[in-house]
Amino acid sequence: MNASAGEPPALLAQSLRKSFRRAEQAAPVAALDGVSLRAHHGELTALVGPDGAGKTTLMRLAAGLLRADGGTLQVLGIDVAGEPQQVQDRISYMPQRFGLYEDLSVAENLDLYADLHGVGADERAERYPALMAMTALAPFRTRLAGQLSGGMKQKLGLACTLVRSPQLLLLDEPTVGVDPLSRRELWDIVRRLVAEQGLTVLLSTAYLDEAERCGRVILLHQGQVLFEGAPQQVADRAMGRSFTAVPAPGQPARMLQARLLDQPDIIDAVPDGARVRFVRAAAAPAGDDSLRNLDAAAVPPRFEDGFMLLLRSHAEGGRSASISVSRPIAHTREAVVSVQQLVRRFGAFVAVDRITFDVRRGEIFGLLGPNGAGKTTTFRMLCGLLAPSDGALFVAGADVRSAPASARARLGYVAQKFSLYGPLSVQENLEFFASAYGLRGDGKRERIAWALRQFELGAQARTTSAQLPAGFQQRLAMAAALLHEPEILFLDEPTSGADPLARRAFWRRITALAEQGVTVIVTTHFMQEAEYCDRVAIMDAGQVLAQGSPAEVRELARTDATPEPSMEDAFIAVVEQARARSRAAGSVPGEQHTQAAPR
Amino acid sequence: MLAAWLRILALSRKELLAVLKDRRSRLSLLVPPIVQALIFGYAATYDLNHVPYAVLDQDHSAASRQLLSGLDGSGVFERVADLQRLGDIRAFIDARRALLVLQIDQNFERDLLSGRGAALQLIADGRNSNTAGTAMGYVTSIVGRFSADWGAAHGFAPPAVQLISRAWFNPNLETRWFMIPGMIGMLTLIQTMMLTGMSVAREREQGTFDQLLVTPFRAYEIMAGKALPSMLVGAIQAAGVLLVAQFWFHIPFAGSYLTLFIGLLLFLLAAVGIGLLLSAVAATMQQAMLYSMLLITPFSLLSGLSTPLSSMPSAVQYLTAINPLRYAIDITRRVYLEGAGLGLLLPDLWPLALLAALTLATASWIFRHRMQ
Repeated sequence: MNASAGEPPALLAQSLRKSFRRAEQAAPVAALDGVSLRAHHGELTALVGPDGAGKTTLMRLAAGLLRADGGTLQVLGIDVAGEPQQVQDRISYMPQRFGLYEDLSVAENLDLYADLHGVGADERAERYPALMAMTALAPFRTRLAGQLSGGMKQKLGLACTLVRSPQLLLLDEPTVGVDPLSRRELWDIVRRLVAEQGLTVLLSTAYLDEAERCGRVILLHQGQVLFEGAPQQVADRAMGRSFTAVPAPGQPARMLQARLLDQPDIIDAVPDGARVRFVRAAAAPAGDDSLRNLDAAAVPPRFEDGFMLLLRSHAEGGRSASISVSRPIAHTREAVVSVQQLVRRFGAFVAVDRITFDVRRGEIFGLLGPNGAGKTTTFRMLCGLLAPSDGALFVAGADVRSAPASARARLGYVAQKFSLYGPLSVQENLEFFASAYGLRGDGKRERIAWALRQFELGAQARTTSAQLPAGFQQRLAMAAALLHEPEILFLDEPTSGADPLARRAFWRRITALAEQGVTVIVTTHFMQEAEYCDRVAIMDAGQVLAQGSPAEVRELARTDATPEPSMEDAFIAVVEQARARSRAAGSVPGEQHTQAAPR
Repeated sequence: MLAAWLRILALSRKELLAVLKDRRSRLSLLVPPIVQALIFGYAATYDLNHVPYAVLDQDHSAASRQLLSGLDGSGVFERVADLQRLGDIRAFIDARRALLVLQIDQNFERDLLSGRGAALQLIADGRNSNTAGTAMGYVTSIVGRFSADWGAAHGFAPPAVQLISRAWFNPNLETRWFMIPGMIGMLTLIQTMMLTGMSVAREREQGTFDQLLVTPFRAYEIMAGKALPSMLVGAIQAAGVLLVAQFWFHIPFAGSYLTLFIGLLLFLLAAVGIGLLLSAVAATMQQAMLYSMLLITPFSLLSGLSTPLSSMPSAVQYLTAINPLRYAIDITRRVYLEGAGLGLLLPDLWPLALLAALTLATASWIFRHRMQ
């Protein structure tokens, strides 16, 4: 599919440089530091890399929204700096937060973008049905954009971006915050556009499995290109270094993972289904027996293994991110969170519909579900931010809403989006929340010092929180929620939008906390992350569809065709079965709960 | 109890930090009230200066010249033209070249000397009734003085009745003396109400309110923590305007600072109560802003700041009873100009206390029930 010799590539950057100046920093920060790369016509090219690698900056430069400090950037053979309008007439760009008008309906949003791009009536008549069919939004034409789920919003954004046919489509993290089902749908749309219409697409993503499916990947790190080429080449770098190991019976995979990560020659270890996948720094020499006491087997490498290998040779961090609490809580295994037949209605809409589950002390409990499944509503009820319409819930032995305010000191809560005070510095935020939880004097100073140390925020203590990169903000939010050493920690999509390194560091801390007796309840869109949990519950349309250990839930999707289903397979199977049932029943999802046998 | 106080202090400290850390928001809290006080001091005045007037002097006598020199020397009127024909009057008024035209009949001096009394015609541009009325009043008093002086000089009997008027508390009846003390209440109301209203709405919008609610903070502690810094800022602003009044405009302060700030404290409590009420109702900063804008106009129109309450229809006068600004303006004026003590201010103080109690209690009730 590569371009013929005479034709210029769809995107060609040479020694591209762009720096940004932050208010309190003397030296400008280089977002792109001499980047040379290309994307070919008719191909799907993925930009991957940790937060702050320069992915969005490159996108914005290509869309002619920023001006480079140096180097050249040609898009479709046109110099962007010289003729931004020429480029903008030929491309479509969907930024991370696409500008949908929440008070307009789906159809009105589409019309608005068609008007903005001067798309005529004939062209609309031809394109609209195709866009509607592609995004399956036809039944929701009159619904307000603000009332769509996250996944549907992204699909509408994509449809608005495609109201005219561009020669190059730029998508900046189109699947962030989108659940696996919607992610799969979005991804199908993009791949069809490339395969059937020969569209050229450049997209950035934090999901490495997505990058693996692209024709070409560009790995950015701190403003530099670490790799450019076919995804398989990245995977090949880990050839002979990828293994999987089976954890001891009855032990969560994360224990084995933690042990593996402590070995100096192991670069990366992540739970992978029932096993733990790990990558060694170098291929094992002949006669090596360091893995003998492990039930380990060599496996063919995948993109993620090579990616971690590449990154680890350039960046440290995330590995040693363990954590220790000052007073471990005894693992007594009693239920510290108990939810019985919990219901929450908003008017006629039932957001949470008779859910029941228990979480035991020191457990990591995962709530999985598509956007709008009722996870956040459940969380808000557990934290006392919202009153249940019906049912009972006990957190640390008390109903949070009727218990005295001091009972809230036993909980920690990290919201989905950064909710500390942006204008305040890291130190000031920590001081405020320490005081809010009644810490003072030496105790307060000690805890703040502990938080700065454990979350590696010491160097940023005086930085204004709003100016921190997302990964640091996430760490700060965690630090603030742990200052008072809560027994129970609620984390609402803590890893959404975080890069692979940050996610690993995050889970390292969480598993360490759980080991020391802290109960963790977490929602996530990353199905691989469900493997870190002791137990998970899959929610959709306000109901718990399945719950049990990751192994038990995976078991639900086992068929002859997929003898070893992943958590993502299980999730999609469970949700789709339930939706099919409720369609068959013709109304609200019914009584049937697919309940895995409790251990 | 101590724990609650420490939490309130921590929240107040955080609020002040958030406002004062940023240089721009720091300036926006102090500069505008001072600048507004200065602008109002100069601009919002009913005192007339440089009033353009024209004369149609058909007499050209010593008496008419003496009368006109009285007008020209008053410092208020500025003669822009000497008209020749009656027809010119209309043209001058229509074109707004003169606010007043004084016509002196050709028999003016003769009539005066004959003792019959002379007539003058004064034509004013009534399109701005307020200014025209004031200007005509000035002319009347100048003519009255001329008439008395002329009579005395020419041996006529003095007029039967002579009114000698003296204005207490503001001997020269300068609008500024009346306006600026009133501005103390007006300016602090705007800022205090907005600051409080926006601070909660901002937290709601940015999701930090949830984070606050999962900490051991109780609803009333959050309200107190929000109210205290706003009141402190309000008090500092009031002090700023007070300084401008005394040291820039040299308006003498007759009362006690303690009395003034006790009154202001009650007023600020009521203002903060309204701000909290707004923020309890508003879901976003935009709504909070809109609501406060909606309130500011009626609050200032119905406060007696620029128009006397007593001349409003009685139904509207009842409405002003729930306007905290009305009492604040009364308190600041009375303490500032007449030196009133707490006892005299009681009719203003107790309604403020009642308003503060009502708004704070309602806001706290809504806060607790909105979480359902």
